[in-house]
Amino acid sequence: MPAGTLYRGREGMWSWVAHRVTGVLIFFFLFVHVLDTALVRVSPEAYDKVVATYKTPIVALLEYGLVAAILFHALNGLRVIAVDFWSKGPRYQKQMFWTVMGVWVVLMLGAIYPVLGHAARVLFGS
Amino acid sequence: MSTTETTASGVGPVEGAAVYNVDNPAPLIEAPRKRTKKTPKSTRGNFELAAWLFMRLSGIVLVVLVIGHLVIQLVLDGGVSKVGFAFVAGRWASPWWQIWDLAMLWLAMLHGANGLRTVINDYAERAASRMWLKALLYTATVWTILLGTLVIFTFDPNIR
Repeated sequence: MPAGTLYRGREGMWSWVAHRVTGVLIFFFLFVHVLDTALVRVSPEAYDKVVATYKTPIVALLEYGLVAAILFHALNGLRVIAVDFWSKGPRYQKQMFWTVMGVWVVLMLGAIYPVLGHAARVLFGS
Repeated sequence: MSTTETTASGVGPVEGAAVYNVDNPAPLIEAPRKRTKKTPKSTRGNFELAAWLFMRLSGIVLVVLVIGHLVIQLVLDGGVSKVGFAFVAGRWASPWWQIWDLAMLWLAMLHGANGLRTVINDYAERAASRMWLKALLYTATVWTILLGTLVIFTFDPNIR
């Protein structure tokens, strides 16, 4: 490939890429999540056993990543809707992208203690 | 290029007398792609438009349903540590949360399936690959939606 022919967009392209990646990840988790929840039809023990893995520190970290993916996909999805349906949406898409990132960072900071607090108590004692 | 052509033009009276008028109308030339009775009916319909709209409408609803779900499961009352069979039984005793979870299941699965359909169409280059990947996707989607629906409706808190 000759130099300089690879298209590298700015906020618009990268938000599109991140929207795809987070969407696929969330969808694959959804399959697992419906299956683990279906264990309530097997027995309380089977369900509680699999839910216990959700309470381990490593999976808690994965849950924090899941929250990150869901929050980005949700906020950027609202931006996509604004771009499509709001007459000034396309003009402000860049500003809306950085607003999305700002709100996302604030929510992710707020999620640290609720989502990871339990894992921290397991690891370091309460 | 001669001046006689100008007078023979049907455009207007500026350069001379118009060739066509009310008594002598110009021949009607059909638009090149005009739909007639002979034009075959489109077999595509508006599926892609409906899918596009569904992604936006279900997306708005899912923002509320999923973030509410995350707050209940991962933030309130000790976060994930309180989740267990007893917690599920307590929530599904209420039709409100049964309908909440049912709507979330259907909308999220269909939203995700349509998203992955788009991804497959974009990246699987061979027609056969696209066909098989989508067959797998639709099978898994239908099975998961039916399983989840069955679990919500047949949940028995006194199973043991």
